[in-house]
Amino acid sequence: MTGEIGQVALCFALALVSVQAGAGLFGARAGAEGARAVASGAALGFFAFVALAFGALTYGFVTADFSILDVAQNSHTLKPLIYKISGVWGNHEGSMLLWIFVLSLYSALMTLAARGGARLTSAALGVQGLVGAAFVLFILFTSDPFKRVDPMPLEGAGLNPLLQDPGLAMHPPMLYLGYVGLSASFAYAAAALITGDAERQWARAARPFMLAAWIALTLGITLGSWWAYYVLGWGGFWFWDPVENAALMPWLVATALLHSSLATERTGAFRLWSLLLAIAGFSLSLIGTFLVRSGVLASVHAFANDPERGAVILIMLGAAIGGALALFAWRAPKLEGGAEFEPASRETMLLLNNLLLCFAVTVVLFGTLYPLALRALTGEMISVGAPYFAMLFAPAFVALLVLVPFGPRLSWRNGNLPDAWRGLLPALGAAGVAGIAVLAIARPVSLAAAGAFSLAFWVIGASAIDFWRKRQARMLNGQSLASVLAHAGLGITLLGITGATLWRSEAVDVLSPGQTLSVADYSLRFDGVEPAQGPNYQASRAIIEIRKSDRLLGVVTPEKRIYPAEGQEVSNTSIRTNGFSDLYVALGDERGGGRWSVRAFVNPLAPFIWLGGAVMALGGFVRLWRGVAVRVVRLAPAE
Amino acid sequence: MTPRKRRRVAFAFALVVAGAGGAALVVAALKDNVLYFYSPSDIAAKHVAAGVDFRIGGLVKKGSVVKGPKARVRFVVTDGKASVPVSYDGVLPDLFREGQGVVALGALSPSHEFQATEILAKHDERYMPPEVVDALKRSGRWKEGE
Repeated sequence: MTGEIGQVALCFALALVSVQAGAGLFGARAGAEGARAVASGAALGFFAFVALAFGALTYGFVTADFSILDVAQNSHTLKPLIYKISGVWGNHEGSMLLWIFVLSLYSALMTLAARGGARLTSAALGVQGLVGAAFVLFILFTSDPFKRVDPMPLEGAGLNPLLQDPGLAMHPPMLYLGYVGLSASFAYAAAALITGDAERQWARAARPFMLAAWIALTLGITLGSWWAYYVLGWGGFWFWDPVENAALMPWLVATALLHSSLATERTGAFRLWSLLLAIAGFSLSLIGTFLVRSGVLASVHAFANDPERGAVILIMLGAAIGGALALFAWRAPKLEGGAEFEPASRETMLLLNNLLLCFAVTVVLFGTLYPLALRALTGEMISVGAPYFAMLFAPAFVALLVLVPFGPRLSWRNGNLPDAWRGLLPALGAAGVAGIAVLAIARPVSLAAAGAFSLAFWVIGASAIDFWRKRQARMLNGQSLASVLAHAGLGITLLGITGATLWRSEAVDVLSPGQTLSVADYSLRFDGVEPAQGPNYQASRAIIEIRKSDRLLGVVTPEKRIYPAEGQEVSNTSIRTNGFSDLYVALGDERGGGRWSVRAFVNPLAPFIWLGGAVMALGGFVRLWRGVAVRVVRLAPAE
Repeated sequence: MTPRKRRRVAFAFALVVAGAGGAALVVAALKDNVLYFYSPSDIAAKHVAAGVDFRIGGLVKKGSVVKGPKARVRFVVTDGKASVPVSYDGVLPDLFREGQGVVALGALSPSHEFQATEILAKHDERYMPPEVVDALKRSGRWKEGE
């Protein structure tokens, strides 16, 4: 029954989203109030039916209804409840349904918020409806999550054990809230081009959705990186894997868009540029969806290698990007040019921010697509090494971080550079002290580490100064607090990356019980391996006693788990952290006679990488919260 | 030219220069950091020089895995036609198995042993790296549905 309910709900959703697209676009014409009302109703209905379909699939997973093929292939009765739920999006069909669910959620919120006027909202719902209709069709024809299996198997095939992890259970929904959330900015930008008279309103209308998408992307990427760190057992946090790049590119563009649209809202500068960024952001999301879901890439995200699906996504991708760019080429010349500003102004800083971020996106895009293009054209198989990305990404971000503190302290249109300098002197002092301290204390001596610390303290110091100055002037609003937090978060992440890459220590050895392994100033005594039983796995659990300069710190228990349902082996690393530094221990393979290989890292400052990401997201959240709160207060007297 | 126009032209010029510079950087960095993928047959045919980093892929030959001393692991990668000995110091990924596909990153030593710095982890046992599938197809050892 569940399967039929889901399938029928999806068909209704397709009908409603088609109505939303047609009526929404028609409602963009002056005086078409009737069509606008229809589009709004259809958008809410679309959300309701997709939610019903998504609920039905979730119910199928939770109750282990193996008559649904998707459940049978990806679930198992012994799985803990949280992984039964996360199994819904741990496969191709379910994850596409989550994609469309998030899209319909944003549609519904756009309808309820009705920002930027009735015509703009209607046109934006129309564009959103077109994207939604294409993806519902894609699901129904190539990736039906409710397909039946007959006879019904007695037990499911289980979920890839690597995905059975609390961090990863939340990672896909977060990433999709971001990825797909960029469709709202895209829809408003396209709507501004369609109506032709919303050069500034669209940016203001799209802002909360832009922010929500950015926050979710930031958290999604942070969670993904954290997962890779503690699950894969390599001790690294970022691998420049194409799938990571696919999420990083929309984030970089969304960050650029958040900045450029500030100017667009405020002074009308960068009007066309912001429109282009909004189009580019969602286009990169679609490219990411294609890369991850088509099976052209080898990764944990490539669930199914079905070339037909890849081709369909590629066509939708081409239609969306081509259509939006054609619309831009046709309508943009009719829009007025941007507003003027002096070289020393906040606009100039935002411009530089955008140029650097766009350079970074180009670097990642080329590095990711070049091997695929070469393979498609010549059959030659290559990959692009991490040094390529590091070599080009680092200078762009150094320049960006040097400039970050100037942005918030220059005024719009015509700023005062000497004044900004004077205000930043304490931050410059903090940067100098940090750099010298690193050179004096930290071993091995590293100029790169000293430079990175100076840069981080320059940015964090400037954020602190901004905070105090604005507080004393009683000018601390959502906007300035957001910029303080987001920029400080960037500095914190830089500290973490510096520590974990430049100061990491590593040791690998094969140990018999009683033997020790030394890494940095820790010594690890291997006390053998004991069997342990999990809910749906059996584990070999190592007992390792850790001491730091002869002081007993405790015991860590890294595991090797075998999941019989999936027939797969997965390591479970142990990380002991004091908030500033991680001791990271992974159990390798058995070498006979009770001997095991053990790998250990000391990653100084590693926790700061993800702390910084969380602080950045908090900055976005503060802005979003203030914006929503102000709006509610404003609405209240009218009711 | 009005001052406003002059500034625009200067800005456009600066943008073009910056764009060209950025593109040159990307191309130069890309050229130096491309890693080629070779199957064992390719290595024999192309006379890959020692010390050059590349990726190798194929199947781990059955019975070839020798562990020790210490954390050292040696095994043979084969595509059915040719094979290459590989040595690696470190912890093997969970899905490393004899008879299964593997991709390793490293370089040949002067004695023609591939010294791996990284063994790429497969994420799912049902999954075979596309490069390996391709290499096996070329050597005629790939059977559909295997």
